[in-house]
Amino acid sequence: MMESFFAHFTVFVLACFVGWQVVWKVTPALHTPLMSVTNAISGIILVGAMLAAGTGVLDLGGWLGLAAVFLAAINVVGGFWVTHRMLKLFRRR
Amino acid sequence: MIRLAYLAAAVCFILSLKGLSTPATAKRGNLYGIVGMMLAIAATLAVPGLSAYGRIAVAALAGGAIGALLASRVPMTAMPEMVALLHSFVGAAATLVGLSAHYHGIHPEVVTRIEVFLGVVIGAPTLTGSLIAFAKLKGTIGGKPLLLPGRHALNIAGLAALVALGVWYVREPAALPLWLAAIVAGLVGAHVILAIGGADMPVIVSVLNSASGWAAAATGFVLGNDLLIITGALVGASGAILSTIMSRGMNRSIGSVLVGGFGEGDAGGPVEGSPLAEAVARGVNVGDVETAVEIMRGARSVVIVPGYGMAVAQAQHPTWQLVQRLEAEGVRVRFAIHPVAGRLPGHMNVLLAEADVPYDQVFEMDDINPDLPETDVVLVLGANDIVNPDALDKPGSPIYGMPILEVFRAGTVIVVKRSLSPGFSGVDNPLYYRDNTMMVFGDARAVVEAMVKELKGAPAHA
Repeated sequence: MMESFFAHFTVFVLACFVGWQVVWKVTPALHTPLMSVTNAISGIILVGAMLAAGTGVLDLGGWLGLAAVFLAAINVVGGFWVTHRMLKLFRRR
Repeated sequence: MIRLAYLAAAVCFILSLKGLSTPATAKRGNLYGIVGMMLAIAATLAVPGLSAYGRIAVAALAGGAIGALLASRVPMTAMPEMVALLHSFVGAAATLVGLSAHYHGIHPEVVTRIEVFLGVVIGAPTLTGSLIAFAKLKGTIGGKPLLLPGRHALNIAGLAALVALGVWYVREPAALPLWLAAIVAGLVGAHVILAIGGADMPVIVSVLNSASGWAAAATGFVLGNDLLIITGALVGASGAILSTIMSRGMNRSIGSVLVGGFGEGDAGGPVEGSPLAEAVARGVNVGDVETAVEIMRGARSVVIVPGYGMAVAQAQHPTWQLVQRLEAEGVRVRFAIHPVAGRLPGHMNVLLAEADVPYDQVFEMDDINPDLPETDVVLVLGANDIVNPDALDKPGSPIYGMPILEVFRAGTVIVVKRSLSPGFSGVDNPLYYRDNTMMVFGDARAVVEAMVKELKGAPAHA
């Protein structure tokens, strides 16, 4: 179990570095869309929520997972949509 | 196969963030994000053992419909609230998935118990802190910091309680310590954000953005899911960078912001007495719209500095009309944006884009500062501390060391402001008393509309 933890932890640390490198290149003019698109992609927790909600019978754990599916779906749709609305506004002279 | 799809989704999310490095590629970046999310969802549906498609579909469609409703209706001025609200949902989902994992018996050993506990303890304060930030940004509760007696002791007691609950849960994985931890962590999160002033909101929203990412990553550890870990780490890092940029823009550390107690957020406060009489008594050059327009007309180049006051007054649309009128008379007009102008990183840029201002006419602080000495006129719209020269040359000032737009170096500075009242930092601004500064008192929108009218040739009433 410790071994699989370290495998995941390795992935985590590397992903932090990738994020750090990529996001510094984001132009400050797009910092608000950056926040809303990260809102949307952190809706990836939907995946965890689906696994919590959809395996086995609908016990308390299943209900909690289902509530999480509902909330995460708000983020996914709301986040990408509002980002799109903002990006549409940016135009060149 | 599922793992391959997850890997592809993670790559899509990285490309999505990369796309935002320029406005030209940003829309494609958003598309990458959507593709990544669809891949991730499709792959999850294929996970063996996942069977209850019906109830998942109902919950997801209901949530998606609400997300669509929120996203299609929110005005651009309300984007800070919207972002804060979306952070709270991630926090809530992380807390719920953590609790659910407990009830599903995902706590066979110490490592997994710690992971479940951390998922709940990171998720809950993200939820409550974001809800408080949402209420503050929306104006439901005031921007003033709430400073309870002994508030630091309260926070420390809360953290100590969380450590104790964590030890309890690791030794004996029962539901009670986990729920108690969620409640205590939630209370601490709410309390910390309540103690932070409205003007520090750009930092706070960034910190909560980061927290929502770490919450998702923690859930990934609980479920042993690398896609959640990678995506959570990307978002966490992104929020951390924004927090760093925002604190640098205020010359403060993230720690000192989180300790709270700074600032009033009074930019929308009432105007006391007659600003005109007070200003004249203090030796300020007070001008009217007519004079201001005359000066701008005669200039070769004008730089406009928008601040929170422009957003509050919704003055961005008339401002673009003003720019077009001036350009028609041969004046070169540009915008200059300070990193912490407004209530959300990049908020001014979105508002200007909404008003149809091309993004290549909008400049960052570091790019425009070298040009300001050769600029004939700077028009400051509802900004204060970000143009205060004390930040450069008065070591005792609370804002000393903060990077500013050095507008005082321009030929003439026209400041549109409701009164001489100081900004959120509570310090006076010597810019207003300089010989090359002219104050035009009034609401930013009303003044700019009057300027547009004056330029059209209609009689002006300042």
